[in-house]
Amino acid sequence: MTRFFLFTSLLAVPAVALSVASRIETGKAATPLRVGRVCALLAFVFLAVAAIAAVTGPHRIDLIALLRQGLASDTSPEHTIVFSVRIPRILLAAVVGATLSTAGAVFQGLLRNPLADPYILGVSGGAAVGAVVGIIAGLDILPFGIPALAALGSFAAIILVFGVAGRRGETPSGTLLLSGVIVNAFCTAAIMFLISTASGTRLHGIMFWLMGDLGLAETGQTALGAAALLAGSAVIYLHARALNLLVIGEEQALQLGVDVEKTRRVLFFAASFITAAAVSLSGLIGFVGLLVPHLIRMIFGSDYRLLLPASFLFGATFLVAADTLARTVIAPSELPVGVITALFGAPFFIYLLKKTEAGRCRF
Amino acid sequence: MPLLSVDSVSFRYGEQWVLRGIGFEVEKGDFLGVIGPNGSGKTTLLRVIDGILKPQEGEVRLEGAEIGRLRREALARCVAVVPQYSALAFPFSVEEVVLMGRSPHLGRWRFEADRDYRIAHEAMEMTDTLALAARDMDSLSGGERQRVLIARALAQEPRLMLLDEPTAFLDIRHQVDFFDRIRSLNRDKGLTVIAVTHDINLAAHYCDRIILLKDGRIEAAGPVEDVITEEHIRKAYETKILVDRHPGTGSPRITLT
Repeated sequence: MTRFFLFTSLLAVPAVALSVASRIETGKAATPLRVGRVCALLAFVFLAVAAIAAVTGPHRIDLIALLRQGLASDTSPEHTIVFSVRIPRILLAAVVGATLSTAGAVFQGLLRNPLADPYILGVSGGAAVGAVVGIIAGLDILPFGIPALAALGSFAAIILVFGVAGRRGETPSGTLLLSGVIVNAFCTAAIMFLISTASGTRLHGIMFWLMGDLGLAETGQTALGAAALLAGSAVIYLHARALNLLVIGEEQALQLGVDVEKTRRVLFFAASFITAAAVSLSGLIGFVGLLVPHLIRMIFGSDYRLLLPASFLFGATFLVAADTLARTVIAPSELPVGVITALFGAPFFIYLLKKTEAGRCRF
Repeated sequence: MPLLSVDSVSFRYGEQWVLRGIGFEVEKGDFLGVIGPNGSGKTTLLRVIDGILKPQEGEVRLEGAEIGRLRREALARCVAVVPQYSALAFPFSVEEVVLMGRSPHLGRWRFEADRDYRIAHEAMEMTDTLALAARDMDSLSGGERQRVLIARALAQEPRLMLLDEPTAFLDIRHQVDFFDRIRSLNRDKGLTVIAVTHDINLAAHYCDRIILLKDGRIEAAGPVEDVITEEHIRKAYETKILVDRHPGTGSPRITLT
């Protein structure tokens, strides 16, 4: 009964908050006041969902008792479970969700393509090759073993993609898109090859990594990911208004005063960098980076000054909720979180698309 | 000092020269038309004036300053372009699009202030788009969209407005409406305009001066009556036409024969 209540509130809190916000916030231009108001609401929703997530799980937590004990007795099993197991995992989910959603919003704008996601420029493929090599070689016993290889792989892929697409100091987005797709396809083939040579015991680890697993990272790694996310997001947010103009078109952005080539290069690298950092900690979690920016756009409009921070906050909320379901629905076993994001995300997205007439107007 | 001076500008894509030794000046308050057949270099010339393309020879000066040396932001505060409309990747409202015209006047951190809203709303009033403010750009008709793009260009508070075949996809009523608005801005507010167009009759009707391009060179330039002649048009377009006078306004008018 309690568990049912927790599951329901996990979904209901964000849904109710967004639908209330959508009634109040439609069709207005972004002002500092409006951005602040929306972010405050979404931050509150995040805290609520994170709190629910902290007390949800196979081991029932008596929240009142835990709070009453406070920090006085930090040896109780409840205290250990909440503060050493669940909260670190919630923090990682928040960092990864915020990263993927921010990067997704940036790539959709830069490539002027609603199908773009954080993995579109080969980051995922490169990271996956690195991680799979690491798992097969048994490097998971080393601290930072798998994340380091994944990060290495994704940086190699980014450099390759930009090297292929760039010429004479320019990187046209069409060519960039194409070389990203090709590098990803090559990496997929390499992974298939590696998997077919892997032994049965390694296979499970590989599959979990490929579908996303938030149960791996240590607190130190999460902190590194958070630092990368904050630095990257700050750089990205500085270019929020330029992103609006790039959505209108590259030539018109130039005519409205944007240094297009420089802005695009900075944004591509910042978004690829934070994605690589997140992927190296969590594996490949699909759908978040595609779904969250579209959802925010449908509710709050396309202005990147609001879209970016709102995607950041709601992306964190979404992945924390999804991961809580992933680790509890078939407890004591776990589902890969990517299964939850796609299983819940895809139907919800289709519903939104239908409701908003192909996503073009706001509800 | 002229507002704009184009001094023996030549431009090539690869080995192909598209503009050869183009030179002219535009004074404040001019309404200049640029016409010529496909591939004559009209749009390239506009892009050189706007600093998007850098000419290999010659230079373009805006109030004496070479535009290649200006930052894009500084240039966008002086020169605005009304393009042909292209669909947006994501929905923006009319008000958001017009406010984008304020972008070159804002620093990186600043949001639009009351003054920016006032300027944008004035621009929307002048173009009869204020009532559309909350509408989605992609839900508008072709004529309404072009009016919004004029409003955005006006919100830039430019000294020079460039029109890049803005009426190519409009029907005749909206073409006339568009150019009537531009001409009244030119007459009443002293806005300087350079319009690239395919439509010789529209150019003859609205412009003070015309430049006729052929193969990247100026075939003829000057007051409308001197440029729109049977000889010039026939030579540039390699088509037989007839030039007579518009019965109402007396401006030259071409007819296919």
